[in-house]
Order: sequence, then structure tokens, then C-alpha cells
Amino acid sequence: MDSLADPTSTPFEALPSAGDEAEPRSFLDRLFDRGHLVRTGIDGLYGRGGDFESVVEALDALVSRLGAADGAERIRFPPGMSRPAFERSGYLKGFPNLAGTVHSFCGDEAAHARLLACVEAGKDWTEDQACTDIVLTPAACYPLYPVAAARGPLPAEGLLFDLQSYCFRHEPSVEPTRMQMFRMREYVRMGSPEQVLAFREVWLERGTAMMRDLGLPLAVDPANDPFFGRAGRMLANNQRMQGLKFELNVPVNSTEQPTACLSFNYHQDHFGSTWEIGQADGAVAHTACVGFGLERITLALLRHHGLDLAAWPADVRKQLWG
Amino acid sequence: MVLRMMISSQDIRETLGGIESLSGQVDRLSDDDDLFDKGLCSFGSVQLMLALEERFNIEFPDHLLNRTSFATIRAIRSTVTTIVEPVDA
Repeated sequence: MDSLADPTSTPFEALPSAGDEAEPRSFLDRLFDRGHLVRTGIDGLYGRGGDFESVVEALDALVSRLGAADGAERIRFPPGMSRPAFERSGYLKGFPNLAGTVHSFCGDEAAHARLLACVEAGKDWTEDQACTDIVLTPAACYPLYPVAAARGPLPAEGLLFDLQSYCFRHEPSVEPTRMQMFRMREYVRMGSPEQVLAFREVWLERGTAMMRDLGLPLAVDPANDPFFGRAGRMLANNQRMQGLKFELNVPVNSTEQPTACLSFNYHQDHFGSTWEIGQADGAVAHTACVGFGLERITLALLRHHGLDLAAWPADVRKQLWG
Repeated sequence: MVLRMMISSQDIRETLGGIESLSGQVDRLSDDDDLFDKGLCSFGSVQLMLALEERFNIEFPDHLLNRTSFATIRAIRSTVTTIVEPVDA
């Protein structure tokens, strides 16, 4: 547990120059200019260009190689989850402001005519939109817990899952690292406290080595989730005090506010209790996960190694593409 | 002359009695029992914080919004006492 007790937090050196100082353009603008990201007109909602996507895919494959020997069960959920499962998960207690629900038109023909008239007139057309049974996935592991719970008690060795999903969080921003829809790769461990903490420790080491080998400056720091409101400050302080969450930060937008590219989370028995997941001996299961922000790591690489992938350091390219 | 509102352990126990994760246990708790060991969960601690604010008409400052402040009946009593507004007699 040494790396948890002694996070490798260090001050960062200045970021590479943003380019032509005579005509400064933001990092986001330069990503658009080079076709790495594609504008949609909505902050935080972007298309991805071919080069950008090739990095995301290479990172996804790299994470697979790092975890290959562990024998995780691979599952891919769509980027929407069951609304009843979402409600039971407790997400709304901590992050009501980030959640995204899927609504659809549920009116009759008269309501359809009203809808079209409203669209035509530029008025609110959503009156007859009703909440469906689908909620946008807020984190890749949220759809997993009810699935694991339905299988009954965990085996003695616990369970390990490999997930990847587009996720949604309603937090529009012009910082390219804060997208509203982004991909999160995760490994999720379920078992005894000792099993899941050992898993987190392994991934703290693996994740840190992976990012160092990609030539990125980094610091691993205690962290908290962005819980909502004053009650959220209490939860955030508790999370930090208990050492439940660590983030691997890389300066991307600024050195003062580096970007969390990986997170290492110990949920204690939160999901085990919520979903009644039991260990083999009947005790409530503990869970932990490691999350990789695939777009964020890609953006960190573009920021530090430049927008031309062919000009990236050879050892970085080798890590990604062999 | 300035008097402070006296906060008793019993005041704190009555508030704890309304917290679901501690239900049925409050009478058996000593002033120094760790409430989190006794089943108080994170969201329970938030409910407790809000209930104490309502009962004593106070607002906990950010630096006191942590587990230490709510860990035991004695700690809660101390925390509440330090922030109860002085009352002019």
C-alpha cells in the first residue's frame, strides 16, 4: 500500500508551447484545425477524426495487453442503462446534475401536430416528451452491478470484469478534456476487501508505468468525486479522508489544474450493499475499479507529443502500435 | 453577558435516533463509540449532518464537513457546541 500512502505528487514543468504565439489559438481550436476533433456546435460533444481514433484504439488495446494475464470477463454494454437500475444505483444522491435521461415523444397525432408547430415556430417542443426506461450510462461500470448480482454469490476468488463504454455527463465545457460524451475503459474487481484492494494496488503500479512509458508527466493524487451540493462536500471530504479514490493527473489544459486521466477507486461495500452482491462466505462483497479516460489520455498525448502522430517519439509510437 | 446553548449527549442521541442506518442502536451507544463502525454509512452521515443543522439551527462550515466531526456522540456534541451561535441573555 506504499504507493497509496505516499502519492507521487510533484509540481509539473511548463506545458509545451501552444504554437504560433503571434496568433494564439486554443488547444481545442487547434484540435479542430487538424481534424482531430470535429465540431457539432455543442460544447463537449465532438466527432473524432481518424488519427484521434487510431490513438484511442491503440490505448484500448494497450490496456487490454496490460490486463490480459488476469483473465477478466469482457462485457460491452451500450451507452444506455436500465432506468430502474440507475435509480437503485444511488447515482442521483451524489450527481443529480450530471445525469442524462433519454426521453421520447409519447403523444398522439394531435400532439404530433403541436410538436411540429412548435419546432416550426422555434418554441419549446418537448411538452409531450416522456422519460423512457433508458438512462445514459454515467460510468462504464454502472450497468455491471445488477448483472453480477443476478448471478448469485461470488466465487471464493471473486470476479473481475473488463468494460468499455461511452459515458455521458452533463457538464458542458470548452476544455477539450471535459467532454459530455466520452469513452471509459474499466477493469472492475468484486470480492473481499483484501482482494479488491490488492487489485487496485496492482493497477496503480501498472497504470503509472503505462503513462510514464507513454512519455507523459504525471502525478498520482488523492481525489474525490464531484458530489453535488453541501452534502456532496461532506461525501467528498469523507472519500479523501478514507483514501478511497486516487487519480493519475497529467497537465493538459494547464499545469495548475492537471487532468485526471486514470482513476483508482475503492467503493468499499457501497455497490455490494446496494445490489446485494455477496461473497462466497456470505459477507457483503466489496468492489474496486480502475478507469481509463480514453479521450483524455489521447488528448494528453497530443498535447505533449504534438498534433502530428508521425512525429511522436519512436518509443511512444512503439508502445501504442508496436 | 453571553450564554452558550447547552448541548447534551441526549440532544445528540435524539437526533441519531432518526438516522436509518443507526436505528434501534442509539440507546446502546456510548459517547465514544465509533458511529461508522456501528453502521453509519456515508449517506447516513449526510442525513445526520442535515438533521443536526435543522435541530440546532446551525450551518456546519465546510472545514467541519468530514467523518471526524460526526464520528462519535462526543465528537458531534463538541462540533455542534463550537458553532452554535452565542445567545444574548
